[in-house]
Amino acid sequence: MSILALLLSALSQGMIYAPMAMGVFIAFQVLNTPDLTIDGSFVAGMCACAVVTIAGHPGLALLCSLLVGAAAGWITGMLQTKVGINPILSGILTMTGLYTVNFVLLGGQSNLYLQRMELNSVGAQTQVASDTVYKSFRTLMIGLSGNRRFDSNLSALILTALIVAAAAAILAMFFFTRTGMAIRATGDNEQMVRSSSINADRSRILGIMISNALVAFSGALLCEQQRYADLNFGSGMLVVGLASVIIGQVFFGRRSVTLGIVSAVAGSLVYRIILQVAYKVEMPSYAVKLLSAVIVVIALSIPRVKRLIAERRAEREEDAA
Amino acid sequence: MSSLSLVGLQKTFEPGTPNAKVALDRVSLEIADGDFITLLGSNGAGKSTLFNAILGKFRLDRGKIILDGEDITRLKDYRRAYHIGCLYQNPLLGTAPNMTIEENLALAYTRKASRSFFAVNRRDTAYFRDLLRELHLGLEDRMKTRMGLLSGGQRQAASLLMATIAEPKLLLLDEHTAALDPATAEQVMALTRRIVAERHLTCMMITHNMQAALEVGTRTLVMDSGRVVLDVAGEERAALSVPQLLEMFQQKTQRSLDNDRMLLG
Repeated sequence: MSILALLLSALSQGMIYAPMAMGVFIAFQVLNTPDLTIDGSFVAGMCACAVVTIAGHPGLALLCSLLVGAAAGWITGMLQTKVGINPILSGILTMTGLYTVNFVLLGGQSNLYLQRMELNSVGAQTQVASDTVYKSFRTLMIGLSGNRRFDSNLSALILTALIVAAAAAILAMFFFTRTGMAIRATGDNEQMVRSSSINADRSRILGIMISNALVAFSGALLCEQQRYADLNFGSGMLVVGLASVIIGQVFFGRRSVTLGIVSAVAGSLVYRIILQVAYKVEMPSYAVKLLSAVIVVIALSIPRVKRLIAERRAEREEDAA
Repeated sequence: MSSLSLVGLQKTFEPGTPNAKVALDRVSLEIADGDFITLLGSNGAGKSTLFNAILGKFRLDRGKIILDGEDITRLKDYRRAYHIGCLYQNPLLGTAPNMTIEENLALAYTRKASRSFFAVNRRDTAYFRDLLRELHLGLEDRMKTRMGLLSGGQRQAASLLMATIAEPKLLLLDEHTAALDPATAEQVMALTRRIVAERHLTCMMITHNMQAALEVGTRTLVMDSGRVVLDVAGEERAALSVPQLLEMFQQKTQRSLDNDRMLLG
């Protein structure tokens, strides 16, 4: 594969995972609360999308994934606020329960391909690939460009980039509305939100819903792009999201919520480029999770290491003086 | 007509255990519109518990809280906050550190602001700038600054503004100058007196400074073991000195009013 093709594939994957990174950003940094629902809601988005896409509604499938993700987030949010269960355990409970829901969505099997059986002209059963938004968009691009061999990766990248740009813009704007600002403040100082006569529980639940809706949306985009849904695809997704968010913040920082959203998208792209490079040097695919975990550990240890270095330097200067 | 009525407030923490503690013991109070009450008492006398009861941080065992004719005893804390502003000792509690000064004010103002798509808008910002200018801290030129970058005194001043921005029916101040250095504390106290006077706020203030308790405000209460044991106002209060207050307390409770943090002058 040429460098350009590698880059194209990396960017295309990065865009697909970008909404998930935004969701992780909302949970971990805006709301300042770890949420393990994410591993489950990613797959839930995938499964819901697969079912609706096979039924012949690829566009509607994307919307359905948003609703399924929001519903998962609502449950976690209720467990956290109304039942008072520790946030991490709340997420684990929802994630665990979702496994069954996802299994049922996939019709009692662990994966599902986006295709259905049809009778062909001679009356034999054949598999027909379901329409996806990516397929329709490529047809559109071929029509517009007149190029019958329009690169499918490129058309996928363009479509996902458009969707992600729209989602990021809407999200960034939302965080400056009263409701959005209340969500930010709830993560920053919940006591102050209550003192301002705002229902902090409601803000928190809404934040978790939006976060998981975005994560499920990523799952749905991936499902339509790779043409299948897999029950076990979500494990470790949270770490992938965190790695993306942290990598992005190396470039853009987290001075504001808008920059945080931009960072999440950029981080997701860079993360996929890193993975492509790793594959290029023949890293086996099963090493991905370890690599993600190591990236997150390194990134999270930077502040502590910086401080230790500064302290050591101060000590040396003291000794010298 | 009184602005705040507390009727027989009763609260025991951990009842039925060896740690059972009567935090509020049949506290009844009538607080008139425009009263500025200073509240004294040793540690554990129930001052903060009384505030938390009014704020709805826990359920009372018995009793009623009536604010401006409305029974708020069973109202959730955030709903009460619509009419009650509160300031704590810790300046970090009242503000969101990662949001700008402007956003903090806008959030506090959400209660009474007219509808707008974005929380921060030109009309409200102009209003906030006027309010900040009155603090004489130069914050009106730093509205886009993150709250976390301000000093404790500046944050407390901003918190005071946020607590009063929605014209509350009641303002509760829980030792809000105790964590500040003396000069800043004095500044914030002067600011408090001005804002309370200008807006004719009904206010209750917990303090450990007895001299201030007698000088500031219109009425002084002293609590002990969950009860209000002294209640002075008007001419009696104006003529009262700190030693006399201590003596009154001793006669009433057979104990002396002091603790390690109590300031006599």
